[in-house]
Amino acid sequence: MLLVLVDHQDGGVDDLSLQALAFARGLAGGDEVHAVAVGDASAAAAALGDAGATRAYAVRHDDLGTFSPTAWARCLVQLVERLSPTAVIAPGSERGNEVMAHVGAILDQPMAANCTQASAGSPVTVTRVRWGGSLLEQAALHGDPALLTVTPHTVEPASTGGGEAAVEEFVPELDEADLAVRVSERIQADTGGGVSLADAKVVISGGRGTGSAEGFAPIEELAGLLGAAVGCSRAVTIAGWRPHTDQVGQTGTKIAPDIYIACGISGATQHMAGCKGAKAILAINTDPEASIIANADYAVIGDLHEVVPAISTEVRKARGA
Amino acid sequence: MNVLVCVKRVPMTGGRIVLTPDEQAIETRHLGFTISPHEECAVEEAVRISEQQGGTTTVLTLGPDEAEEQLRDAMALGIERSILLVADREWDAQATASAIVEAIDAERAAGVEYDLVMFGNESADTGNFQVGIRVAHALGRPCVTGLKGIAVEGDRVRCEQEVPAGRDVYTVALPAVVTVKEGLNLPRYPSVPGRMRAKRKPLDRSQPSPPDPRLERLRLALPAGEGKQTEILGQGPAAAPAVVELLRRVGAL
Repeated sequence: MLLVLVDHQDGGVDDLSLQALAFARGLAGGDEVHAVAVGDASAAAAALGDAGATRAYAVRHDDLGTFSPTAWARCLVQLVERLSPTAVIAPGSERGNEVMAHVGAILDQPMAANCTQASAGSPVTVTRVRWGGSLLEQAALHGDPALLTVTPHTVEPASTGGGEAAVEEFVPELDEADLAVRVSERIQADTGGGVSLADAKVVISGGRGTGSAEGFAPIEELAGLLGAAVGCSRAVTIAGWRPHTDQVGQTGTKIAPDIYIACGISGATQHMAGCKGAKAILAINTDPEASIIANADYAVIGDLHEVVPAISTEVRKARGA
Repeated sequence: MNVLVCVKRVPMTGGRIVLTPDEQAIETRHLGFTISPHEECAVEEAVRISEQQGGTTTVLTLGPDEAEEQLRDAMALGIERSILLVADREWDAQATASAIVEAIDAERAAGVEYDLVMFGNESADTGNFQVGIRVAHALGRPCVTGLKGIAVEGDRVRCEQEVPAGRDVYTVALPAVVTVKEGLNLPRYPSVPGRMRAKRKPLDRSQPSPPDPRLERLRLALPAGEGKQTEILGQGPAAAPAVVELLRRVGAL
């Protein structure tokens, strides 16, 4: 049996959890896949069953109203001790990786974060991402159970046509230390009414080629016309021209727009790790040999300070016609 | 307030990753080295905490002899001393955490107790997301991860973590382990006097014995689909109509 940690809300199962369930089914062969969810998962029984989980453990505990990484891990560890699964799998989300790292620490077992593939065997062999996806590693996971998380958006969720998962309540035993780290407050994001970088359909970023904070003016103008979000490269945030919340990349925001327009950005692997989810990439750069050009679908060779205003003019013309 | 920051030496990969012929490592002959971006913010935060609260700051790494360069860089920014755990090859996360715990135990035996141990949320290269958490468990301390805000308030630390809906707040008792993310602060640049002082700051070197890896690297590979065919739309402002046509095609207009 394989155990999968899932996130659920209002009777639905979140997308990354569905991907983790599909991944688990691939690794399971004929073995059963069971789900673990914190909170009342009975409303999600149909969705979990359809994704291939025959059984779901709904963790119930009065102190788990807000997220607590160690306590969540302790729940998984107690289920591992009771059920002896061959593998425990979670989505490669921030929380999934965090909880599974705690599980690995408590059980003193290795944990492979962000896997794209796994083959059953002893040891289990995995392919996992390094450098935010710019490099792949094949590794042998010498652990029992095999603890791993699934890289987001590398496995398609799959409907199995299975019936409702049998939901069983699970009450963990948690002590004070397990609950010492717990969310005490949520500060709601001030979205400011603009488009968020992570969700935007069009993103226009500037890099070192903008030359200054003021150099973003033509990018801001075009973004305004297209209803696009403005992003930037790490060179820009380090220079203090834009806040880190605008940074696209491995250590910034990962984006997935219909089109990404990268202006004056050289295209280091760490930047590409943040924008490779874009359906199309247009690079505007003075240097035809910049890495961004080789990694883009479309390119304009030229100075962003001349090219971007010309695009804005052309957009206005197209709209006026 | 004694703060320990753990960092990792990683190559500056630039625009394209090239592997060694045996597919075991990145070809680094022509590359410079740095530390992970999250860790740059951890170093900066440690220096700020000691400026505000007093106490000591120490930077630790597990890596090759050459990682002395990264320790000196951190000391140039204001960290007072450093610990280099020499490892000739890459260690997995579990082994790395054990070696760090041993070093922290040795420090305690020598009379240095760390109130706060800081890590990056994940390393830039291997991205295992777990060394800090493993160290926290071994030390029996709380661990809060992915922080974009840290405020030491007496014997507690208030932590802010970015989540899609905003920020989650955790308050935990010291001593504690935290892992941080880039954006926590804007790290300062090293000054020339800072670099000169760093050359004379203490560096303790030891050589832990290498364990068998339990997440064992077999080989590295570059993802498929690198180096795609790029369509050049034109040169300079004259390309604007072609760009607008593209925007129309992808539904962005």
